[in-house]
Amino acid sequence: MTTPSSTSPDDAHLNGRSVDAGSTGNEPAGEAPLAAAAGGWHRAGGADLTQPKRRKRRKGGGGWGSGNREAAMVPDAEFSSYYGRQIVKTPTWKNPEVPLYLFLGGAAGTSSVLGALAEFTDRPTLARNAEYVAGAAALGSVVLLIDDLGRPERFLHMLRVFKPTSPLSVGSYILSPFSAFTSAAAGFRLLELAPLLKLGTKVLPFLPALARFFPGARKASAIAAAAFGGPMATYTAVLLSNTAAPSWHEVHTELPFVFAGSAMAAGGGITMALTPVAEAGPSRKTALTGVALELFMVNKVEHGHGLLSEPYHEGKAGTLMRAAKKATITGAAFTALLGRTRVGAVIGGTLLAAGSVMTRMGVFEAGIASTKDPKYIVIPQKERMAARKAGEAVAEDEARSVVR
Amino acid sequence: MTTVSSASPSLEGADSRNRLFGPLPDVSADAGYEEDHPSRVGFFTDTSVCIGCKACEVACKEWNTLPMDDSNGVLGQMGMSGMSYDNTGQLGANSWRHVSFIEQSRSVDLPMPTIGMPGADRHDHGHDHGANAISPQADSVLSAQTSVLNAEALSEFDPQTSVTGGDGGTQIRWLMSSDVCKHCTHAGCLDVCPTGALFRTEFGTVVVQGDICNGCGYCVSACPYGVIDVRKDDGRAFKCTMCYDRLTDGLQPACATACPTQSIQFGDLDELQARADARLATLKSQGVETARLYGRDESDGVGGVGAFFLLLDEPEVYGLPPDPIVTTRDLPAMWKAAATGAAMIVGVVASSFLGRRR
Ligand code: SF4
Ligand code: SF4
Repeated sequence: MTTPSSTSPDDAHLNGRSVDAGSTGNEPAGEAPLAAAAGGWHRAGGADLTQPKRRKRRKGGGGWGSGNREAAMVPDAEFSSYYGRQIVKTPTWKNPEVPLYLFLGGAAGTSSVLGALAEFTDRPTLARNAEYVAGAAALGSVVLLIDDLGRPERFLHMLRVFKPTSPLSVGSYILSPFSAFTSAAAGFRLLELAPLLKLGTKVLPFLPALARFFPGARKASAIAAAAFGGPMATYTAVLLSNTAAPSWHEVHTELPFVFAGSAMAAGGGITMALTPVAEAGPSRKTALTGVALELFMVNKVEHGHGLLSEPYHEGKAGTLMRAAKKATITGAAFTALLGRTRVGAVIGGTLLAAGSVMTRMGVFEAGIASTKDPKYIVIPQKERMAARKAGEAVAEDEARSVVR
Repeated sequence: MTTVSSASPSLEGADSRNRLFGPLPDVSADAGYEEDHPSRVGFFTDTSVCIGCKACEVACKEWNTLPMDDSNGVLGQMGMSGMSYDNTGQLGANSWRHVSFIEQSRSVDLPMPTIGMPGADRHDHGHDHGANAISPQADSVLSAQTSVLNAEALSEFDPQTSVTGGDGGTQIRWLMSSDVCKHCTHAGCLDVCPTGALFRTEFGTVVVQGDICNGCGYCVSACPYGVIDVRKDDGRAFKCTMCYDRLTDGLQPACATACPTQSIQFGDLDELQARADARLATLKSQGVETARLYGRDESDGVGGVGAFFLLLDEPEVYGLPPDPIVTTRDLPAMWKAAATGAAMIVGVVASSFLGRRR
């Protein structure tokens, strides 16, 4: 099953029939002049070319027969497809579970690094909050990831092999130790609270005897967690990019930096909101640098890839991306201007976290959208073929002139 | 802990560029099989002789006991797709063969200097091509295929290239093509599967092990052809196995056995490739200028496929991607970017602790 929604009559219409319906107003494509390369064949009863949605058909574009096949080289060109159906499958990953997983992984990753460093720079409250955030978000990540499986009870099958070619395999080997160490650090902290220690002693009577080791164990766990924090925040970008979803794959060298920026904005923002301003300086700076990186890289993703940037502007994805930008910029402004007041820090941090969630959701939706329309497969791939051909021709020419 | 990727050696050294994509002379050996493994098998689907009977679809459903679904892949549903005679709609977890139907027309009274009536010149060329690539010691299946490929009768009654009909000099043809998993040389699905459920068989094909798959769905997103999918009520991924169970018993896949026109030919891949080249030459000589092989080129983005096609129009007309590239080709660049990003986070956080307190 491709798209859960494609069963609705509306979507079936979009997927299957709108092509024919859309062409009824045009002259029979059979009367158009014929292009030799295609042998003059076109879909009977209408054009076999799929029109870009919501765009007016160009004059004279009567099908392949128009001799206008190079038209496929410009972004809003017509192209052929099989009844307008999608070519690659839409990812089966759940929404909003998976975008939330991306967000939590980023927030947890950054927080773990913040927490570990705060431990050693005499910022006890920041360390405590960052460790709690990292532990809770990491556990949330594990739950979301398991929930996304078709067979959740087989989660541990992820750990029966290690495959560098599978980002999900690599990710499992990042998430497992990361969540173990972050929850250990948070756990030791909880045990340092008197009531909880009393509760724990009921189950494990030897706990008080070990209590003097807790701070050391906590610090060690925090450092170990921080070692996996960075990868935890960025591997998820590879997870999305290493697919056939055209708008994810196309931005594969930029998405890790979008996610890194978004992770710093979220992790910095959340810990800043929870921590007294006197200790929250590093969170503020991290968040602001993250915002700058995120905005810069998102701009590249949104504008640098022609047709494949389009899904980042349109529909649900576009709405989310725009909202994300607004929240992120407003949050950054609060942080920079009022971040040294408690209220300003809370508002700024909340907005930054919200921006990060929406960025992940927008990126997720854009990739999904790019699988649903065959134009995102056909047009860039035809361009790629044409460019290759042109390149070969140039190379041949050069070879010939060298010989001469 | 073992590594079972089609390409994982690439990340461990030796010629990293060529292990993630490009030609691979022996896929099974690359996956770790001993030298005496069987030769790589495949399908050559010659769509020029397909009559759209869907015998392959039915044989596949029967043999593999696949549940019914509609053209959008909804389990237990039946319905008309509105797409010609195609109510299967797509490949997916429950349809491992899919016959596509495209009705096309063209005007025949227009000047077409290079095309001519298909088959019009067949009496000059028809005998020279087709069978020459096939070995003389062919078994009975092979000779039947040979006779189909070489038969004068075929171009005489070829349902797709020589039907003249309609009015006012309009010519009609049907394109029919039985699509299937390509069993790629560099299979995206196999590369990304985190559990090792997807594996390369000794025959060079790509198969999911149902008892390992945990339904993560990564393969679904990674296939450049949109072949594999997760079955809703089951949760696991399913796709064509090239009848792995039949192959191990020395039988042909069900679809190839059922195909009445030898449109689906099963055999050793190198032999099929030679046969396909000959068939293409025959068609070209008969004036079918638009004939082309799809997936035959071993230097393409997936290193060539195990199940390739002879098409009569552009691939996208059949719903196939025109220039598929295995997504893992770019994986080293992605890991590099991710590692840089991760280092950046640590660097930024660390430097934020420097300087003025507060
Ligand atoms: S066609 Fe798709 S499902 Fe089949 S082997 Fe290739 S990548 Fe895997
Ligand atoms: S759904 Fe199954 S076969 Fe596909 S990648 Fe995940 S574990 Fe592998």
